[in-house]
Amino acid sequence: MSAHAQVHAAEDHHDDHGHHHKQTFVTKYIFSTDHKMISKQYMITGIFMGVIGILMSLLFRLQLAWPDHKFTMFEIFLGKWGTDGVMDPSVYLALVTIHGTIMVFFVLTAGLSGTFSNLLIPLQIGARDMASGFLNMVSYWLFFISSVIMLGSLFVEAGPASAGWTIYPPLSALPQAIPGSGAGMTLWLISMAIFIAASLLGSLNFIVTVLNLRTKGMSMTRLPLTVWSFFLTAIIGVVSFPVLFSAALMLIMDRSFGTSFFLSDIYIAGEVLHHQGGSPVLFEHLFWFLGHPEVYIVILPAMGIVSEIMATNSRKPIFGYRAMVASLLTIAFLSTIVWGHHMFISGMNPFLGSVFTFTTLLIAIPSAVKSFNWITTLWRGKLQMNVAMLWCIAFVSTFITGGLTGIIMGDSALDINIHDTYFIVAHFHLVMGISAAYGFLAGVYHWFPKMFEGRMMNKKLGYIHFWVTSIGAYGIFFPMHFVGLAGLPRRYYTNTNFPYFDDLADINVVMTVFAIITIAVQILFLYNFIHSMFYGKMGPKNPWNSTTLEWTAEVRHIHGNWDGPIPHVYRWSYDYSKLNKDETDFVIPGQDYIPQHIPLQDNEDELDH
Amino acid sequence: MTAFLVVLVLILFGISVWQMSRIFKLAQVKPTIYSEIATDKDNNTQGYLMMGFLVFIYILTIVSFWLWGDTLLPESGSEHGSQIDNLMLISMILIFFVGIITQAVLHYFAFIYRGNKVERATFYADNDKLEFIWTIIPVITLAGLIIYGLFTWTDIMNVDRDDDPLIVELYAQQFNWKARYGGNDNTLGDANVRLIQGVNQLGVDPADPNGQDDKIVTELHLPVGRRVLLKMRSQDVLHSAYMPHFRAQMNCVPGMITQFAFTPTITTEEMRQNDYMVEKVANINNIRSEKSKALAAAGEEALETYEFDYVLICNKICGVSHYNMQMKIIVESEEDYKAWLAEQPTLAEQLSNENK
Repeated sequence: MSAHAQVHAAEDHHDDHGHHHKQTFVTKYIFSTDHKMISKQYMITGIFMGVIGILMSLLFRLQLAWPDHKFTMFEIFLGKWGTDGVMDPSVYLALVTIHGTIMVFFVLTAGLSGTFSNLLIPLQIGARDMASGFLNMVSYWLFFISSVIMLGSLFVEAGPASAGWTIYPPLSALPQAIPGSGAGMTLWLISMAIFIAASLLGSLNFIVTVLNLRTKGMSMTRLPLTVWSFFLTAIIGVVSFPVLFSAALMLIMDRSFGTSFFLSDIYIAGEVLHHQGGSPVLFEHLFWFLGHPEVYIVILPAMGIVSEIMATNSRKPIFGYRAMVASLLTIAFLSTIVWGHHMFISGMNPFLGSVFTFTTLLIAIPSAVKSFNWITTLWRGKLQMNVAMLWCIAFVSTFITGGLTGIIMGDSALDINIHDTYFIVAHFHLVMGISAAYGFLAGVYHWFPKMFEGRMMNKKLGYIHFWVTSIGAYGIFFPMHFVGLAGLPRRYYTNTNFPYFDDLADINVVMTVFAIITIAVQILFLYNFIHSMFYGKMGPKNPWNSTTLEWTAEVRHIHGNWDGPIPHVYRWSYDYSKLNKDETDFVIPGQDYIPQHIPLQDNEDELDH
Repeated sequence: MTAFLVVLVLILFGISVWQMSRIFKLAQVKPTIYSEIATDKDNNTQGYLMMGFLVFIYILTIVSFWLWGDTLLPESGSEHGSQIDNLMLISMILIFFVGIITQAVLHYFAFIYRGNKVERATFYADNDKLEFIWTIIPVITLAGLIIYGLFTWTDIMNVDRDDDPLIVELYAQQFNWKARYGGNDNTLGDANVRLIQGVNQLGVDPADPNGQDDKIVTELHLPVGRRVLLKMRSQDVLHSAYMPHFRAQMNCVPGMITQFAFTPTITTEEMRQNDYMVEKVANINNIRSEKSKALAAAGEEALETYEFDYVLICNKICGVSHYNMQMKIIVESEEDYKAWLAEQPTLAEQLSNENK
């Protein structure tokens, strides 16, 4: 290997580093600075957290469907909060809080963008590694520590944080208000502060890498849409995460040091608190200034992954590359000026509500453009129904369904009556939870051979996993809209105190049954994932006949990715099914794709995309 | 026991899926070299399944409406509510129209262009005209919706003091609601949590003359047809005063006073006679009597028969008993309202009783 490196030393001297270090178990698998290993670490931690988050949802779905029933399962998993199989109301709130936190931050932010940004940015732009491998490693381990603290908070005496994943004060600030706001909340805040540091280090690294380490010929307009989406995601993260950090810091001060940023005029547990002059609405502004961009941090990488996989498996260029980039930019920009739509009825000035309705509904425009472009990408394609492709099609379906109800949620006048009901729960689960999870799964099935040195996941198991999940997801969340429109608030431990809602019991049972089936089939995925890691069938070097650079890198993982010089780039990443000048055959006869590192051929037209 | 059964079913389900996949695997006669990449046969099967999935979505929609259409809220009991319902109807028609068409096109394309028919995909990279069309159509549609929505919103949120609205304070605390009427002067006395003492649970300033005739109650009575301005306070954490039947909601925030105004148009009695409501309540009582039978068999008390009442519920997570924070609302004729209010003691009376 080092002989090779010397041969090419002249042309890419500065890229040649670390090839000949001896790797120990610790440097290879634990404190690795290699982006491919870090990507796998993010993925496995993310999946592990996902298992916990999803099992929590199973517990509270059982409670919602059969509130009068006693489940031994509750006693097993919840201990003193599930005595005799009856779930305690406070642990119900804890479960929904931690479910939300884990799924939004630990699974769909770190698990999705952490995994695929790390894996694909260097490989697709033609770089040996991230700009700073060391910071990248620190980023992962900070994320790991924050995960451990978050899980640790489940075991404190008074229970974990239970003020909802949005942790609005005063509920989250006062242990007198709810038991979970004691040590559990402190750990939640510490965990999130560390998480934010991890996320910022990661994001800065992604931005610098994309800007500086692109290989020769890889202009910004030749980047695959995955890299565009990861790049913009990182920028949104850098802009908005520090604001959550400051909110968390102020909340810590209010809780522990007697300040009054968010608290005022409070009489609780028989006494008046000294806090004066703060405002919970201020916290809502700060929280949602991150919170809303956060949902785009979750969905943009999924959009990028879907665009890439869909083009590859349609054997067609993505339709409207420039429009796709422009809509990503528009969404990224608008995402930072719409946070107020979470606060229409928070008590802020109704005029602000008007402004935020306007900006919010504007986001529907780039989203619509993207959806139409994905559909047109399928048009007259030659669709290869690989498992990853199915997830992409399902992504577009759930994104449309969930996105359309956003038009209702975003309209301040309509929000009055559906705010905080199950309608919003159905909306965001479809448009961001399920869709982003589909993007993640698409990425896992598609890039599995890249991550595990040529091994592929089992196709048949993948098909079963896909169909049961996609039917189940609609089965859970479509009926949920009815529950919301009936006026049932979210975060209710049971509805039995309102006879008016008794006729919703059936729907709750249906949703829970679908949830049980959907969760059960994920076991199949876990089996397929773990089994294929070790025993998966070996595929070819470029299994999906893709044009992007990652498939030109070595199948076996080496530090530096390419055993030899880095390939140069001569074209965009979507030359699928391009015909020669006479339109008699493909540019390369018999091969319907032209990888990015192949120079322009004599028999093809240069197109401006 | 049930939990055990559920776990058992889960495990058996997992095993059966696993076994099925093994059968599939064994049934493969001659594996190709790269068996994990979709073949033309897979493309064909999955293409048909995509069409099947489209049918599933449509059936799910129809079945949901058929089964649960009657769980939706009845006609609005407030004046502005019908505006919201109109806007909702228009938005719903629009999104169903767009949703049905785009889902159909998406899944139809996935089916018709499944990769086993054509020899080549069409190299079709962009088309500015198309992009323009599907940018401008959403722009126009959304512009319409935004304008309609904003007019409705401003109309609802704009409180005109000239209407001489009835002023009522909604007071939220973990985990109940109280209401304070302004009394004869229709003016609320100043209040602050620092003044909470004894029977003066809302912290009304005893020195404020406006507060002397205030009346504090635990059931909200409203005269039909008169505009009511709700002033909201919370003494501990965030709550949200949600009145789904009036299409009304506003958060209660410690440290500030929020407000929401509306005009009730249908009395509780009239709403109970409403055809939709009669049917809904009958259905609910059927469910309840079924449940009561099961309870009786277990030797427990049967459930009461339900009668419709407007209700104010808490819709912002506020603590352990958040799920049971409610207050009954009664909309009645002006006379009934006045008669009821006259029976309620004023704050001054309550305070002097305490001092006796």
